[in-house]
Formats: sequence, structure tokens, C-alpha cells
Amino acid sequence: MTTATNTPEDHGFRLSQLIYDTRYRSITIQVIAMLAFMLIAAFLIRNTIINLSALGKDIDFGFLFNRAAYDINQQIIPYTSDDPHWRATLVGLLNTLLIAVLGCILATIIGVIAGVLRLSKNWLTARIMTFYVESFRNIPVLLWILAFMAVLSEALPAPRAFRGEDPAASMWLWDSVAVTNRGTYIPAPVWGDGSLFVIITFLLSLLGIWAFGKYSQRRFETTGQILPNFWIKLAIFFVPSILVYFVMGRPITLSYPELKGFNFGGGLHMRNSMLALWLALSFYTGSFIAEIVRSGILAISKGQTEAAFALGLRPSRTMNLVILPQALRVIIPPLISQYLNLTKNSSLALAVGYMDLRSTLGGTTLNTTGRELECMLLMMLIYLIVSLLISSGMNVYNKSVRLKER
Amino acid sequence: MSNTNSLSYVRKEMLEQQPAPRSQVGFTRWVRENLFSGWFNSILTIVSIFVIYKILAGTLPWLFGGVWDATSLEQCRTILTERFGNTHYACWAVLTERWNQLLYGFYPETQYWRANLAFVLMLASLAPVLFDKVPRKMLYLTMAFPFLLVWLVWGGTIWGVTSVAVGFILGGVAFKLVDRFGSMALSTIAAVAVALIWWLFIGPSVVGGLNAVAPLGHLQEVQSRDLGGFMICVIIGISGIALSLPIGIILALGRQSDLFIVKTICVGFIEFIRGVPLITLLFTASLLLNYFLPPGTTFDLTLRVIIMVTLFSSAYMAEVIRGGLAALPKGQYEAADALGLDYWKAQRLIIMPQALKISIPGIVNTFIGLFKDTTLVMFIGIYDMLGLSNAIRANAAWNGIYWELFIFIGLVFWICCFAMSQYSQWLERKLRTDHR
Repeated sequence: MTTATNTPEDHGFRLSQLIYDTRYRSITIQVIAMLAFMLIAAFLIRNTIINLSALGKDIDFGFLFNRAAYDINQQIIPYTSDDPHWRATLVGLLNTLLIAVLGCILATIIGVIAGVLRLSKNWLTARIMTFYVESFRNIPVLLWILAFMAVLSEALPAPRAFRGEDPAASMWLWDSVAVTNRGTYIPAPVWGDGSLFVIITFLLSLLGIWAFGKYSQRRFETTGQILPNFWIKLAIFFVPSILVYFVMGRPITLSYPELKGFNFGGGLHMRNSMLALWLALSFYTGSFIAEIVRSGILAISKGQTEAAFALGLRPSRTMNLVILPQALRVIIPPLISQYLNLTKNSSLALAVGYMDLRSTLGGTTLNTTGRELECMLLMMLIYLIVSLLISSGMNVYNKSVRLKER
Repeated sequence: MSNTNSLSYVRKEMLEQQPAPRSQVGFTRWVRENLFSGWFNSILTIVSIFVIYKILAGTLPWLFGGVWDATSLEQCRTILTERFGNTHYACWAVLTERWNQLLYGFYPETQYWRANLAFVLMLASLAPVLFDKVPRKMLYLTMAFPFLLVWLVWGGTIWGVTSVAVGFILGGVAFKLVDRFGSMALSTIAAVAVALIWWLFIGPSVVGGLNAVAPLGHLQEVQSRDLGGFMICVIIGISGIALSLPIGIILALGRQSDLFIVKTICVGFIEFIRGVPLITLLFTASLLLNYFLPPGTTFDLTLRVIIMVTLFSSAYMAEVIRGGLAALPKGQYEAADALGLDYWKAQRLIIMPQALKISIPGIVNTFIGLFKDTTLVMFIGIYDMLGLSNAIRANAAWNGIYWELFIFIGLVFWICCFAMSQYSQWLERKLRTDHR
């Protein structure tokens, strides 16, 4: 380590050094930036306080504990109009999360299929997928949501079309799913006595699959033998749960939708608003994911496939062991931002009347209590927290698949 | 090799060249290789043909059997029943009746020429930015265009926008003058100060005087609430695009900088904007902005929306550009330092040209996203195309018409966005300087 011997003569600190000397200039700039930031913040806060006092309002989140007095048509947790606003907010948040999770799953499935098929050697299929991707990517998602809503509410048969001797419409999948313009009715599980055991068994078998994966990996690394992983895992997935299900005397039954009066009863009612939002968001985001998957696969050079073939790996194993682990590294980061986009786009639920966070806290609660500032701040905060949670969670996964450089 | 005579048969002369087997040439081969190369591929082909047939059989008659000439959905259906016996066909008449509303909103009909002229000027002023073969002198038009746009669309005399432009010019002159003393920060401050003094104190009175004395180029004034349709999308989109790129660059540089406070502010801003949906920001603009501004300030809703959309996409832009900056090899920064360039010169001459080139696809994707997001203004009471489609449907004459409007709107967006993505691919190919 050498040090400069001819240090400049010390003239003492001059004021001009704050601008011309790079050692001090950064401090000057930061102080100016800080001052400007604080000035702007003070300006905004002062205005807000003046404006609020002129209107005779204050900042008070107490309204969250008042009676909400409005209904929410889709509830994951029990909710009545007598519940306080915070519970309405929670119901809305859960609806947002529900659509986000369902949307991410379906979008990933659609996206992966479309992305792989777009690379297919089949000319026709590749063209169809290109058409799908380009048309969905280049048209606003709001238009797609409205279009899906129009399909569901205008083109589907009304419940009364299912009536009579020779109905105009019939239910799907052996009379278990009714698709109507008032929503889709699917069989709902009814949890009888002892169903808890089945669920516990199912969860345990999931654990078993994970443990078996570890075991087979270790066995492979020590002995070099490969077990038929897929089939064994499939067996662990199904067999114990089904066994327990029959041993306990079939505790879980399905309640099928039935035509009662002018509408369907029984079963699980999926509203059109939710279906439209779900499908539109999934197909829209799926088109982006398709492009991500395609570029991820294309990013892996052909030499990798050829090398794997030269080592004698079968095509499926090449995909699993060589291509996918490398492609995932390229795919995951943009995939995270697509999941975030989908979650944020779920706030467009407003267009179809799905009661998500924006429609409960930022909609009815805001309008009935007149507390715009509090509601908007709280809503932004919740969205921010959800986004940060998703991105940090996915970043953990991203770290686990990232190239380990040594 | 033993004696060849002992073999029973040896060909002595060459065979004539044979044509390739029919299955290996031309169309047959193409079909074999691309459509029926294996059992899975064949199934895919059959499924694809079935899907295409279903879609075309369902939509083509509907599309081409449509009625273009009617005044209401009722009349449309009467015509269709007369012609085909049923009403399963499109009613394009809604477009012939209402196309002007979808494009211009509630803009006064006698003034459409202004919107058209502004659109043509926009294309002309975009040309030199997009294509470098266009004469460079056109850039003066590009610089003047924002002011022309405001004057043409909103009307009034030319003095208002001229005053804003003069502020910019005075700021530029001040920058040049102070720049001689060699300090970037000082000259920036001087420029901003001079421009602000003009805009806030001198300009308004000058404009008032000139308006009274010589109301030059007076156009009928149009209120912001009368703007709508495709026009408002283009205005918001193009302003957002033009403003979000520079702001995004500054934010990205701030996020990459060593200055802790600047970095913290930039990171906080970017992460906040990226964490909330655009729609909450738009509601903030329409509901809350009055709280944050000095009492009594009124603020045009279109302008508020433009500001929010710009802030929103500049955060995304910053992340895209940050990606470009991070992808640059460190040697580039060090080489710039070694050449003795200061921070701004290094950024302008060495870092940014390369970083921006790397991030072109991301930048254009952000632009496309911004343009598509302009449909969200429907929720805060601006009548964009989707808002207008609801308004048209609310009219008794067109109650229940969906697809014709959706297809029109979708097609307009598709053309714009597809053109943008094609341009970005062309630009990428043109700027590629690595080995091919």
C-alpha cells in the first residue's frame, strides 16, 4: 500500500471547495437534495393540513372500527354488513389475493404451454400461438376484462334455459358444472366427520413426496441409480389419501349444483365478475409469460442440448437436468415482475364489479365515510406491502436457482 | 482388393441423375416436416386445424355479414332479419354513426381539423426522432410541437403557449451564459431560476397584455372535459412517453449513484410507485391532489393524469435503464474516468448511449404499457375510447352492442402497439454493432 507523498499544501478549508472539490462536492449535492426533498415534503404536508382544516376534517383511522353497512357479494371469511370497515377491508384484500393467486397459477400454465408451443416445429401451432401472444399483448387488459365479462354475461344461457323436458342448455361434465350468465356453479366439497384425517393424510403425503425427493437424490448421488421418481411420487400423492378416504367411510362428499326455482342452488357459485377478471388477467399475463418462457429457452445455446445428447441423456432428462435449470435462471426474474403486474392489475376489478381491496376500502368505504386521504393511504400501503412480500418471496426462490459461482 | 472380374456384377457407367423422391421436395416435404413429422405433431396439426376452423366459421360470417348502414341496433336487427332471417351478424353501423366520437370524444365537430392537424404535426415531428434519414432541420418542429399541440387542441391565442416557450428559451440562454464559469450545478440553478421568474411573475402579465392588444391566432377554446376518445389516449400517451424517458434516466442515475441521500430518495420513489397499482395513483390525482396543493389552486384533470401517468412509467423506465447500466462492463466506466471525463460528460458520451441501446426493448415495452394504461383514465371520468363505448351503450339506440365497439378499440390499440414493437425491433437490428 503506497500513499501519495506529495499531498497538496493545506490552505485550510475554503468555501469554493464545496463546489469544486470532489471530496466535498458530494456532501454539498446531498445536502441540497435533502433540503429540496424536505422543502417539498413540508410544502405538501402544510397544504394538506391547511386544506383539511378548511374542510373541518382531521386524519383519523377510527372509522375503520365503525359499522361498514354495506354488503360484499363474495366473502372468503364470514362477513355481514354489521361488521366494521376493517373487516370489509380484510375481505376485499382476501379477494384481491385470491384472484392474484388463481391468476398467477393459470397464467403460468397458459404461458408455459403457449411459450413452448410457439417454439414447436409444427408450423401451424406456432402460428396460432404467435397470433395469441401478439393479440393479447398489444391490447389493453381493461378491454380484455370487459370483453370476457361481455362473453360471460351476454353469450351464456340464462339459468331458465336449463329448465324443462328439453332444455336449451345443459350442464357440463356429467351434470356437475352449470355455466350460466349469472355465474358458474361447480360442485362444492362438503366436509363430513373424519374429513380432517383425510386432509392430514394428504398434507403428510405431500411431506412424504418432499422427503422421497431428498432420499432419491441422495441415493442417486451415492449409488448412481435412478428411481422412477415420477411414478413413485404420483403414488405417494394419491394412494394414502384415497385409502384413508375409504377407511374413514368417505367423509368428503360433493354438493352438486341443482336448479332451484329461477336459479341454481347448491355447489360453489363462481361469479361472472370473478371469472371474467380471472380469465382476462390470466390470458393477458399468460401472453407475456409465453414470451418470457420462449426467450428463456432460446437463451440456452444449442450446444447444451447437443452436449446432453452426446452424454447419452434422453430428451426428457435433457430437458429436466440441463435445459430447464438453466432456462429458469433467465425466466424467473421477469416472471416475478409479471406476477406483480397481475396482482396490481387485479385492481381493475372495478370494471366488472368484483369486490376486491380497491372496491371495498378504496370504493364503498371511501365513499360512505368520506375519508379519502386515510383510505387511499391505507390502500396504497397494503398494495405496497403485498407487492414487496411477493417480490421478496420470489427473490428467495430466485436465489435458490441462481448460478452458484464459486 | 481382389480381382473385380470375380464379382457377378459391377456397374460400369454412371446412372442418370434422378429427381428427388416426391415426398422429399416442395410442398409435400414442407407439409411432412412442418405439420406431420411425428404422431404428436400430427395431433397438434389436427387440433390446430380444428381450432382455426371453429374460430373462422364462428367469426367470418359475423364479420362480413354485418350491416354498415343503420341508425340504431333495432334497425340493424330488422335489416339482418330481412336479409338472413336471424340476427347473428355484426352491426357495424355503430361505427359509421359514432366513429367521430370514438376518435375525438366530445370535441366540437367544426374544430376536428385542429385535432387532425395536430395529429399530422405529431407524426411529422416524430419522424426525425425515429428515423435518422429524415432531415435534421425537422427537429425544430419537434421542439415546437408540444406548444403547437396545446395551442391547437385547447385553443386560445398563441400568446399563452409562446410565453411558456419563452420561459424555456430564457432558461436555455441563462444556462449558456452561466455555463462559461464552468459549473454545471450553478448554471442549472440559474436556468431554472430565470425560467421560473418568467413563468410566475413576468409572463402572465405580458400574456394578458398581448391578449388584450393583439389576440393573435385565436382559436375557439375547448375545455378538457370535452376531450376524449382516441385523441385523449394519444395526448396522454405521447406526453407520458416524452416526459417519462428523461425522468426515468435521472431516477436510474440517482439509484446508481454513490450519494446516499440521493440514492435513498430515488429508491424510495421507484419502489413506492412500482408497488402500487396505477389506478390508485389516478384516484389520488382525481381525489387527493387538491389536498396537496395550495388552497384555491385548480388543476386541469388532463394535466393531473399526465403527471401521474408520467411518474408511474418513469419509475418503470428507471428500472429498465438501471438494467442497461448494470449490464455495461465496468471497464466502460473506468475508461471514461481514465479519459478525464467528468460525471455528466461520461454519462452523456460513453455510458448512456450504450446503456440506452441495451435497454431499447424494455424502454419500448414500457412505452407500450403506458399507452395501453391510458385506458384506465375511464375510471376517473375521462371519456377515453372504452369510456365512450360505455356511454354509447348507455344510449337507447345502441343498448346491448359490445363486440363491434370492442373490436374497433382493440384494433386501434393493436395497430399502435404492434407498430411500436416492430419499430423497436428494427431499431435494435440497426444499432447492433457486435459481430454478426
